[in-house]
Amino acid sequence: MKHTVFVLVENKPGVLARIAGLFSARGFNIDSLAVGETNDPTVSRMTIIVDAKDEKILEQIKKQLHKLIDVITVGDLTTKEFFERELILLKIDTSGINRQKLDEMLDKFAGKVLSYDQQVAIVEITGSKGEINELLGLLTEMGIKELVRTGRIAIAK
Amino acid sequence: MKKKGSEILVESLLKEGVEVIFGYPGGSVLPLFDSLYDAKLDFVLVRHEQAAAHAADGYARATGKVGVCVATSGPGATNLVTGLATAHMDSVPMVAITGQVKTFLIGNDAFQEADITGITRPITKHNYLVKNISELACTIKEAFHIASTGRPGPVVIDVPVDIQMQEAEFDYPECINMRSYKPTLSGHPGQIKKAVKLISQSSRPIIYAGGGVIISDANNELQELAKKINTPVTTTLMGLGGFPEDHGLSLGMLGMHGTAYANHAVMDSDLIIAIGARFDDRVTGKIDEFAPHAKIIHIDIDPTAISKNVKVDIPIVGDVKDVLTKLNKIVKAPDTEKWLKQIKQWQERHPLTYKDTGTKIKPQYVVQQINKVTKGDAIICTEVGQNQMWAAQYYTYTKPRSFISSGGLGTMGYGFPAALGAKIGKPEKIVFDIAGDGSIQMNIQELATAVANKIHVKIAILNNGYLGMVRQWQELFYKKRYSHTNMTSPDFVKLAESYGACGIRIEKKEDVKKAIEQAIGIDNVVIMDFVVEEEENVFPMVPAGQAINRMIGGMA
Repeated sequence: MKHTVFVLVENKPGVLARIAGLFSARGFNIDSLAVGETNDPTVSRMTIIVDAKDEKILEQIKKQLHKLIDVITVGDLTTKEFFERELILLKIDTSGINRQKLDEMLDKFAGKVLSYDQQVAIVEITGSKGEINELLGLLTEMGIKELVRTGRIAIAK
Repeated sequence: MKKKGSEILVESLLKEGVEVIFGYPGGSVLPLFDSLYDAKLDFVLVRHEQAAAHAADGYARATGKVGVCVATSGPGATNLVTGLATAHMDSVPMVAITGQVKTFLIGNDAFQEADITGITRPITKHNYLVKNISELACTIKEAFHIASTGRPGPVVIDVPVDIQMQEAEFDYPECINMRSYKPTLSGHPGQIKKAVKLISQSSRPIIYAGGGVIISDANNELQELAKKINTPVTTTLMGLGGFPEDHGLSLGMLGMHGTAYANHAVMDSDLIIAIGARFDDRVTGKIDEFAPHAKIIHIDIDPTAISKNVKVDIPIVGDVKDVLTKLNKIVKAPDTEKWLKQIKQWQERHPLTYKDTGTKIKPQYVVQQINKVTKGDAIICTEVGQNQMWAAQYYTYTKPRSFISSGGLGTMGYGFPAALGAKIGKPEKIVFDIAGDGSIQMNIQELATAVANKIHVKIAILNNGYLGMVRQWQELFYKKRYSHTNMTSPDFVKLAESYGACGIRIEKKEDVKKAIEQAIGIDNVVIMDFVVEEEENVFPMVPAGQAINRMIGGMA
């Protein structure tokens, strides 16, 4: 089962390596990991989507994270009400595409065309997991040449 | 007043109360060693950095203080890795200072450069690379704090050589407050009350005590609890000495090579009070068959140890001494009379035993004689394998910090340098290293260290010409196909003498006790080369993957 965990860490070199090393060494699965500074520049925040097969594994993940010296707080958003978003940049093949249709599709999902020419378009989409999956499905039919995702971030209500 | 980085380092160590460090010099620590030249610190020069780490470890286990070791960059630092991993697995407070290439050369594949912070990340409690001299003193203060508090562990401080040479104002921080590190020391009173209730309702309780009791200095509180609730106590390998083995309630060690009666008691119990132990696989055997009728109370300072392997009914996170003190004030005794009678029956039917027939010396006999001659009062360090298990079984441990052994990692070559560290920490004690012929060769070069620094430990080699424990498994599970376990050794007596130590070879049973007495009386490092029965096995044994009451062997 997927869980959304956030971790507040000291903004110091090597902390990301520690977290990654912990997951790898203990065999925990990371679906995605997003990290950035918070409004306090000495603190960074990570949003990790973990795939834990049961409660026991999830407990261990949270406790092991907390045990790391540079980790300040660990939170599990899965059981709370939270907002989550992800941002994706895509390169799609424009030959054979109806520009208007693309604009309509993106409009529905608050996406943007960043650049457009005869061969290739760069598109930006943001949204919740459901919205992203739906839009990605539609865009895949059009032909995605390259795709880069940030991984999901989340904040409690 | 401005001081050089290396001086700040040394002064900080003195401020932390460090009295001795173990290490080996090199290019990236030249400035540090220059500052050490006339420092008010004892320095023990080893002959391999691995031994420096093990010696710091043995010192820490024997004294309870933080052990300190020093090595240069590159190969010097990487030679510490096994020692750090050993300390990490057994929760030993240690600070390792490594030199590093100049800050602007880091990441450039410079001479004797190694990414030691990257390499040791998974095997240390924490590590630091000091990139700015203004952070040096604070880093050292933090390192000692982290190493010695909560669940202790090794901390590495990597100091580039140019930082050692720079100058800065030296201001040692008075106290420390880390927002990201606040171990829970005080046990939750609500949980403790729940534990009291469960204890009073049980009829077949057992206390399972581990290394945490010794780290927490809680052996008196443990004794008080056992007496108050009239409950038998079994210890892990790491917990030996945490509860006196000559006490009526002592069941000795449990687990893979524990006593049969301890294993039966655990499997039949209705309540396990786990104190400072982690339900390791050597203890639980087949996990889904472990203690099927028992509820579990788990007292530990590390929340990750609780409910990691077995389901715990009442977790109590906190320092063992703190929790037991609170528990002892309100605990009520259950009626254990019938239970204790049953346990006594098991003890009478399945004592620890071995066949002492034949002309060859039995290794168990050697350990028994060491116990007799030292009156159970020595510090016993061990290597790993059969020697380690027999030392655990046949010596009667009554005091904490008297059994020093690599339990978690199982590092061969640990015992001899650890014994050196222990002897430095406790010079008034007789210190033994009980070894196998395989293990002792792994850090044999430390004979030079021992003789040069007059660290007069006594080494008892149980010499059977084999990598004993592996041979045992090959005998029991691989149809005696002794693949590369038969090994030659040097003449240990001549070897000892070549280093300026003493060597005694013992081949007859009637010479064993005399040799031990003689060795203790000699004011030098002594190697006793006991030529023992070659294919002797450690029993009882719980084969891997079996429940712990399915033991094999051990009937006289």
